[in-house]
Amino acid sequence: MKPAPFTLHRPATLAQATALLHDLADEDARLIAGGQSLAPMMAFRLARPGHLIDLNGVGELAHLCESGGMIEIGALIRHVDIARRAIPGVTGALLRAVLPHIAHHPIRTRGTFCGSLAHADPASEWCLTAATLDATLVAHSASGRREIAARDYFEGAMATALRADEVLSSVRLPQLPEGARFAFHEFSRRSGDFAIAAALVIFELRDGLIAQARIGIGGAEDRPRRISEAEAVLNGRKPSPELFVEAGAAVAAALCPMEDISTSAAYRRELAATLTERALEEAAR
Amino acid sequence: MTETRQPIIGQSLTRLEDPPLVRGKGRFVADVSFPHQLHMRVVRSPLAHGRLLGIRIKAALALKGVHAIWTAQDIADIGPIDFREGKIEKLEPYRQPVLAQDYVRYVGEPVAVVFAEDAYVAEDAADLVELDIEELPVIVEADAPPGVFAPGLSTEAAIVTQGFGDVEGAFASAHAIISLDLQMGRHSGVPLETRGAIGLYDSARDVLELHGAAKVPHKNRESLARMLGRTTTTLHLFEYHVGGGFGIRGEIYPEDILVLVAALRLERPVKWIEDRREHLMCANQSRQQRHLISAAVDAQGRLLAIRNEFYHDQGAYPRTHALRIAETTCGILPGPYHLGAYSATGYYRLTNKTPCATYRAPGRYETNFVRERLLDAIAERLGMSRVDVRRINLIKKEEMPYARPLSVLEDDVSYDSGDYEGLLDQSLKAMDWDALQESLKARRAKGEIVGAGFALFIEKSGLGPTDGAHVNVDTDGVVEVLTGGASVGQGFETVVGQVCADILGADYRKVRVVHGRTERIEFGIGAHASRATVMTANAVAVAAAKVRAKALDMAAELMQAQPGDLDIANGLVFRRDAPHGPSMKLGAVASALRPMAKTRGAREPGLSADGWFESEHQVYPYGNQFAVVKIDPATGAIAIERYLIAYDIGKAINPMLVRGQILGGFAQGLGGAIYEEFLYDERGEPLSVSFADYLMPTLSETPDVEVLLTEDAPSPRNPLGIKGAGESGIAPVGAAIASAVEDALQCTGLVRQLPLTPQRVKAMLKELQSRRGLPA
Repeated sequence: MKPAPFTLHRPATLAQATALLHDLADEDARLIAGGQSLAPMMAFRLARPGHLIDLNGVGELAHLCESGGMIEIGALIRHVDIARRAIPGVTGALLRAVLPHIAHHPIRTRGTFCGSLAHADPASEWCLTAATLDATLVAHSASGRREIAARDYFEGAMATALRADEVLSSVRLPQLPEGARFAFHEFSRRSGDFAIAAALVIFELRDGLIAQARIGIGGAEDRPRRISEAEAVLNGRKPSPELFVEAGAAVAAALCPMEDISTSAAYRRELAATLTERALEEAAR
Repeated sequence: MTETRQPIIGQSLTRLEDPPLVRGKGRFVADVSFPHQLHMRVVRSPLAHGRLLGIRIKAALALKGVHAIWTAQDIADIGPIDFREGKIEKLEPYRQPVLAQDYVRYVGEPVAVVFAEDAYVAEDAADLVELDIEELPVIVEADAPPGVFAPGLSTEAAIVTQGFGDVEGAFASAHAIISLDLQMGRHSGVPLETRGAIGLYDSARDVLELHGAAKVPHKNRESLARMLGRTTTTLHLFEYHVGGGFGIRGEIYPEDILVLVAALRLERPVKWIEDRREHLMCANQSRQQRHLISAAVDAQGRLLAIRNEFYHDQGAYPRTHALRIAETTCGILPGPYHLGAYSATGYYRLTNKTPCATYRAPGRYETNFVRERLLDAIAERLGMSRVDVRRINLIKKEEMPYARPLSVLEDDVSYDSGDYEGLLDQSLKAMDWDALQESLKARRAKGEIVGAGFALFIEKSGLGPTDGAHVNVDTDGVVEVLTGGASVGQGFETVVGQVCADILGADYRKVRVVHGRTERIEFGIGAHASRATVMTANAVAVAAAKVRAKALDMAAELMQAQPGDLDIANGLVFRRDAPHGPSMKLGAVASALRPMAKTRGAREPGLSADGWFESEHQVYPYGNQFAVVKIDPATGAIAIERYLIAYDIGKAINPMLVRGQILGGFAQGLGGAIYEEFLYDERGEPLSVSFADYLMPTLSETPDVEVLLTEDAPSPRNPLGIKGAGESGIAPVGAAIASAVEDALQCTGLVRQLPLTPQRVKAMLKELQSRRGLPA
């Protein structure tokens, strides 16, 4: 479990980082920020980048700010920063509610928000958050900047729309309106493990009726996504246990879950439905 | 100064071995390095079964920093790995070669080995070694029909049997026959630090050294000397700090032999440190068995006979223990109950998976699960309570010692002492069992899936036949206890130190305990089978008593008293009738006994003595464990609401350490019950090779455990009355949790397999619904 040989680069600016990525595009260069997923993969030699470009010296990526109804999280913002920096509003509260579910404390002190999104593990809590909130992902390359909508970003397990020469420089999350309700539920066999399934639900109550429902499911399929069929079940209706069961059933029906030797698709499907119900119940309280 | 003798045995003293460990000064095998050392990396088979057609090493050898690469041809003079207890004719042809020769038989089997200037280069080179393997069909289940190990050799390497009485007759006349088909997943010990071995050859003295030994250094020295054609006098093993052994560390593996042969031939120290992936793929695994068990009972629920057939999945090769787990499985299965007749047949089968061997409570974790499931099933069939069916079958206190015509570790089974029913009653009281039943019933009526279960068990410990120790007091009064024991983190130094200090009258903090060093003492039993305290501590007691007698004799002359008038405490010799009067330090007594000292007279020089302890039979501690669980019907997750472990230790040297052993063992038992399982796919590919896939319980998953430690039945088989503690926490955890889960589901016969993963629990819930005719 010693990594294969690689060359380490330590750019000081985003421009230097993108230039390096551009120059080394054919030599399997990888970016590293927190390294909580990449370093173990390198130790297992599942990843063998010829070049590692360390973003930790790029100070301009350490920003976390709110403007124009969007919260922007820079590439060097660690998981723990989400709790340490006072992110305002309902979105801030939502991020703080999701945070403790991410791995273990040492990992949270080192790993980064954007790193989770770049890695795109299907069970990633932040990927689910980005998908459910319809985040905007900002990518920089030597040839410029572009924005990618979350729904276009996730392409499969550990596969994204990012090009090999692009840095995911920040992620922009919309500020949820005051009064929006949310809850996050996930299930893993041990605390801190990758979720077998996770549900993030958000909705508003207008005159006692559900509006603007967002149901996001992670861990079950190869990428996180909103389940519009379940959202449609909820919108315009009065919260009730029966309604939540119906929404869970809609989630189950819409999913095409992953399967592995220890977890069947059927188990994941039922779990996703249960987690949806429980999250809705919590959010409605 | 006032001196009185306070007992040291039985006190929860803080550990002698902790100061370096808590200050970061510990030294584990990976911390050990020697100048000019080479690093070794093993090239392992990527296939579970195949014919090895060729190995190409040219590209790897060309890498800068690579010193040598060996395949089986390079060590053709080294035979396969021996069994620890010597020759076993029938299994000889199945032994694992140090490097694979014509066949590979599991993923991870060593095929070639690289020696390089650093660990990174070694791994780079290992990646460049090309293996040409023709894939062969695999056997991954021990209950599948046996196949061919090698031409003329079946994968059913042995069939073990034990039994007594008229089983057929008992079944023919039984009131009821209850049969179960139960299996248990593979799990194993995963110590804090992985294995490691460093070979060192001192050509000036012609001494070969293996650094990083654990568990059984002396036994391994004998085996290694035999394999390498050396005398034991020129081969030495050295143990460092060991963060857990659990039975799987310290056995001889291919890597231990490779570093020694390489150190000899390359004339440089050779260091190998296992990585975690290798550990989860190559270190001994354990437990996997399937039992087809039937009981014949009379109308009162008495066990007339048990017939048990089991398939023992040994993995690719028999390891150093040979048949021990299968034999123990046969011998210990009846546990604490009377049994009229018994037959056990174990099919010891080789599969294309990692080889198996002993892991903490081998043969007991498995049989406790099987036997206690059977008792629960009998209770249900006869409409009895689970407590009553056990009560009627328990061996009584008055029947001790209780012998059975069975054997465990080649030792005839004879329970030494115990009040099994008495301890059961204490636990029932501690649990407030009847009230608990009522409250669980009420909660179930409200829709909760909650239940309580329990398991009774017998442990075995203190395997003899003999062990020795040497105790020496230096002229500063420091006591050195030389043992052939081993420390795997269990508190060996503390226990031995307490016994020595208590018997001799020394200052506990001035005792230094030597272990795991073959160059200091010729014989030793190491640390396995919960024997170190029973055997080594009793030997230390004998040696310490001799030193005490010698000290009193010398001091009496110097203090103008009779030895009987004197006592020793805290390292001071004093008059019993004048504890405030003059006293003498043990160091001064040792000075008076120096070879040149005139005071010595005709006495043997030195304040020291050897002691030996011999034991005819093992000792049998016992206990029971109770669990209360709640099941989440949606996820299938099991939450443990309450857990009680009752255990009779005979006599605790240090109750705090006994509790520590129990709690640590419990966590591992919980792993096997709910979380841990080495899984393989249909091609024999191991799927649990990281901590993301092999789920050990963490602090978050481990509930508080109540420990009821009793000393009601000291062993009559040793003067200190002690029994072992090492395996008591783990042994019945799978059994107790399975019982509680079935109680929660209000249906016996549902739990047929461990671990009880959420998905399996959910499947049981569905099965239950369909049995009860409810919609799924």
